[in-house]
Parts: sequence; C-alpha cells; structure tokens
Amino acid sequence: MGKTIAEKIFNAHHVDNPAEDIHVIRLDAVFCHEITTPMAINDLVTRNKDRVFDTNKIKAVIDHVTPAKDSKTAEQGKILRDWARRHNILDFFDIGRNGICHVLFPEKGFVRPGFTVIMGDSHTCTHGAFGAFAAGVGTTDLEVGILKGVCAFHYPSTIKVNISGQMPGGVLAKDIILSVIGRLGVNGATNKVLEFTGPIVDAMTMESRMTLCNMSVEAGATSGICLPDMTTVEYLWEFIKNEYSDKKEALDDFGRFLSDADARYDQVIEHDVSRLEPMVTFGYKPDQVKPVKEMEAIKVDQVYIGSCTNGRIEDLRVAANELAGQKISNSVRGIVSPATPKIYRQAMEEGILKIFLDAGFCVTNPTCGACLGMSNGVLAQGEVCASTTNRNFNGRMGKGGMVHLVSPATAAATAIAGYIANSRLFKG
Amino acid sequence: MKNFSGKVLFLDRNDINTDEIIPAKYLSEISKQALGPYLLEDIKLDGFMPRTDIQEKNVVITRTNFGCGSSREHAAWALEVNNINLVIAESFARIFRQNMFNCGMMAVELPAEAMDRIFRDFADKETNLETNLEKNIFIITTKNHHLEVSFSISEFDRALVMTGGWVEYADSKY
Repeated sequence: MGKTIAEKIFNAHHVDNPAEDIHVIRLDAVFCHEITTPMAINDLVTRNKDRVFDTNKIKAVIDHVTPAKDSKTAEQGKILRDWARRHNILDFFDIGRNGICHVLFPEKGFVRPGFTVIMGDSHTCTHGAFGAFAAGVGTTDLEVGILKGVCAFHYPSTIKVNISGQMPGGVLAKDIILSVIGRLGVNGATNKVLEFTGPIVDAMTMESRMTLCNMSVEAGATSGICLPDMTTVEYLWEFIKNEYSDKKEALDDFGRFLSDADARYDQVIEHDVSRLEPMVTFGYKPDQVKPVKEMEAIKVDQVYIGSCTNGRIEDLRVAANELAGQKISNSVRGIVSPATPKIYRQAMEEGILKIFLDAGFCVTNPTCGACLGMSNGVLAQGEVCASTTNRNFNGRMGKGGMVHLVSPATAAATAIAGYIANSRLFKG
Repeated sequence: MKNFSGKVLFLDRNDINTDEIIPAKYLSEISKQALGPYLLEDIKLDGFMPRTDIQEKNVVITRTNFGCGSSREHAAWALEVNNINLVIAESFARIFRQNMFNCGMMAVELPAEAMDRIFRDFADKETNLETNLEKNIFIITTKNHHLEVSFSISEFDRALVMTGGWVEYADSKY
C-alpha cells in the first residue's frame, strides 16, 4: 500500500509510539511569536529548564502587536527578545525587520519540503504549502518543542481535495478555500490533513498555495499540504542553491515525499472551480459562505487588507489593480498592512502603496493586530468589516463587530462601493 | 492529579471557538490567574450570563467541535483557573483537546445519543457529575435523575492526566 506525503514525513521523523496511533515526531523547525511563547519561556524558567533543543531550528518573531501598544504587550515582546538573546537565537525578528510569522518565515526560506514544523499559532498549517507537515499547537506543546524538539500527533489521515476546472477571472485562491471550507464545514477535517492537488493547485504560485493551506484549520485540519514541484523549487532556490547542483536535482530530491498513486485517503473530494464565484462569509463561522452577489446590499464601515491569509505581494497587487485611479467610499475606513518589510518595500517600489494612499487607505506596518482585534484596526460595537483575514468569529476583530471574510479583489471593490461588491475582474 | 468532579455548566451549542472562550484582547496577560474573570466573555449563547453562570461550576458539558479556532492554550487555562478541569463534548477541535490533556486536564468525547440524553434530562438543573477514573464512568445526578455513562480515553491521555501534563511526561521520556 502506498503512502501519502504526510505519512512519509511522519515515518521519516519517527521517535516514539507511546499509545495507539499517537506518534511522537522529531521537529525540523519550532516557530515562536510573542503572544503564545512568553508563557512557555516563563514556565521553563520556573522549572529550571531554560534551555532550547537547537538554536538553529528555533525562529522567533514579534508580530502580533508591534510596535507594542501598551505595557503588557511591551513586556511580552521583552520576554521573547531577552530569551532569544540569551539563547543566541540568530533568526529573531524584531521591529523594523519583523513581519507576520506565516509570511515572513517562508520568505526567509525556513520551510522545506518534508519538514515538520510547529508553532503556537493555529495558522501554522500555512507552511504545508511547501510540502511540509506544519501544525499549530498550544503553549505546552510549544514548550516541549523548544526544550526537546519533539511533538505528539495522531498518525496522519488525509483528505485529498482535487481542485480542477477553469478559474473564472476575479476568482482567487481565497475564494477557493472559502468554498472548500463551506463544503467541509468547520469540523469536516478535524484530526485530518488536507492535501490540495490537481491542475489548479499545480498552476498556483506559492503565495496562492499558502492562502489555500492557511485556512485549512478553519475546517479543523491539522495541516494543509501541497505536493512540492518546480514552483516550490523556484521559490526556495536562492536558499537551497548550495545544496543541489541544479533545480532538477532539488526537484528529484523533494520527489521522495510525493504521495504515492496508491496511497490511501480518508476521503477524496473533487472540487471543480469552473462555476465558482467570489465568496464572502456571513454569520460567525468560516463555513457560512455565499457568493458575493448575494450579499451586495451589506454596508461596511471598514475594509482590511492584510494578514497571514492575504497580506502577500500578489494580494496587494490584485487589490491595487482594482483601486488604481479610484477613491474609496467616504463612509469606509480602508486599512492595508503589507505582511513583511520585503512586501512593504516591493509594494512601494511597484507604486502599489501610492495607489492605496491615493485611494484613501491607511497603510500600516506589518502586524497581525487587526485580524484578532488586538490593535491597528479594532472594530466598535455594531460595526461591519470586509476583511481578507481568516476568522469571522463573534467579537474577533472587536467586541460586537461583524466580520465578512473576502478575497483582496472583493475587499478593494467593497472599499470603493461602501458595501460588499464584486471586483471588476469578475464578469459573472 | 486534578479534580474532575463537581457541578455542571451546560453550553448547548456547537462550534464554540476559543475566541469566545477567551477573547484575544486578554492574550497580553502573562499569568493564568489574570484570565479568570474573562472566561466565556464573548460566547454567543442566548440567556447566558458568564459571570454568574460559571460560579461554583467544575465541569462543562457541550456539543460538537468545542474549542475550534485559535490555538491559544489560554482557553484551557481560563477554565483551569475557574476550577473547571473537565469538558465533556460530542467532539473537540484537535488543538484545544490536546491542550487540555497537555495541562493534565480532560476533554472527553461521548457519543451523540449519550449527549442528547444528558442534555434532555440534566441541562438547566442543579446537576452534579462525579468522575471515576478507575472504572471510566461519569455518574451524573440531579434531584430526579441518575445516570452512569462509561467513557474511554487513550492510554497516552491517561498518562498525561496522571503525570500532570505533557511537559512532565516528555521530560521523563525524551
């Protein structure tokens, strides 16, 4: 019987099998941010175990609330910063060089096909776009990861989502993943890995694949995963060129992780996108989705473009394309947060930031802040936000606020119209 | 080992997420105790009054996919500092469930039929639940009803409960 990519990665990292289908695996990367790591650091200090398993495999960033907004968030940043310094963690990213973890760390080449990755952040599943097993965990799992370089999981059972058809103009990776979550439901993939395959995924950029994998957890999945191919090699090439004689050799090497043709899946879902329309959430769960045209009367107070889901350069490009020469509605507050300094710079050099500013957007520094209602765009009671983020939970972006999740194209069109609207790219 | 018995708080809804259990604005706290007053502050549940309804409760019984969304272990901690170490549900989100056992707490799944019966006969009453970990039985009682429900947890989860959590377990083994 063949194996899936997730099974192959597990087998290559096996440490222990303490019970039933529980497998303890060795970790290639442990990522840390200032919200969930300080409690792990403090606990290690209290236990007199203030050590790290491997300085080079730990990467840390201050990204959730940056610059610090108050004394408490300043203290969280300080705990992470002091810890990174005393353990000589060289890949620590502080203000000026910091960006959203799930955008910054891939950009630095920290994730490779076949890797196992954990972080105290549910959207760690994003990194599966590189053919890695990447899972969000709580602070205790993170703490043990930092100390021992291991983590326990159920042996992976996989749902394959085969994405095919002709992508209609104006339909983006975000619309695809929203439609997949709508189909699976918020617990349709609980304890499973979502493996995204098919011609649409093959043709996607790494950025789009990250958007796809990023929201896997909204269907309950442990990790999203895409099979490594030449697009993966091209993205990583500047970081791996000394390890391989050419790109073909890298591709062949990554090929050992590819799912076998006779691999066994828990479920195989055929997802044809030919008739897919831009999607938007209603209600308070990310599986409550509708085509944008069915929600067009909904007025919004704020439009937010950014986050680990849609704060990448291609997201800003598609939004800027919609906004060029336009002004956003007087009744809308527009906020855009390029997800990393590199993206910020690229957007500046390409004239994208000027388009946003001319349209009436506020351009903030890279940060997670608004997405989880911590800073930089918190909603007031009764306010409505069209957002390119990943969660429309009750109170997510501020107590009593309503969040409608959309693609960056829909977000830009909505900002101009003042109510939820399809972009000009969509001709349906 | 922690306490897994006491008065029951019923949360009759599916998909209660960790933002509802503890909103993100409290994630800047760096002590578990500080989370205590904010447990379930943003829950969308008609008639539920967080501050008063949580008082004196030691067990939560809820429906499907409890603890979905954010990985924040603050959700388990907010329960813990309110003396709630046991959540019983039809199903859990993976990270929340793991966080509970990692802290030496319990997140136990029961089949839909058992959950329906428990909600029908015991919800909205002065219900008490006693956990017998040797026999794997929950004994649920009110004035007029008495029910014994068997449950199962894996050897691994039991070991985490017995040792006090994943840090102790992993440190002794790896």
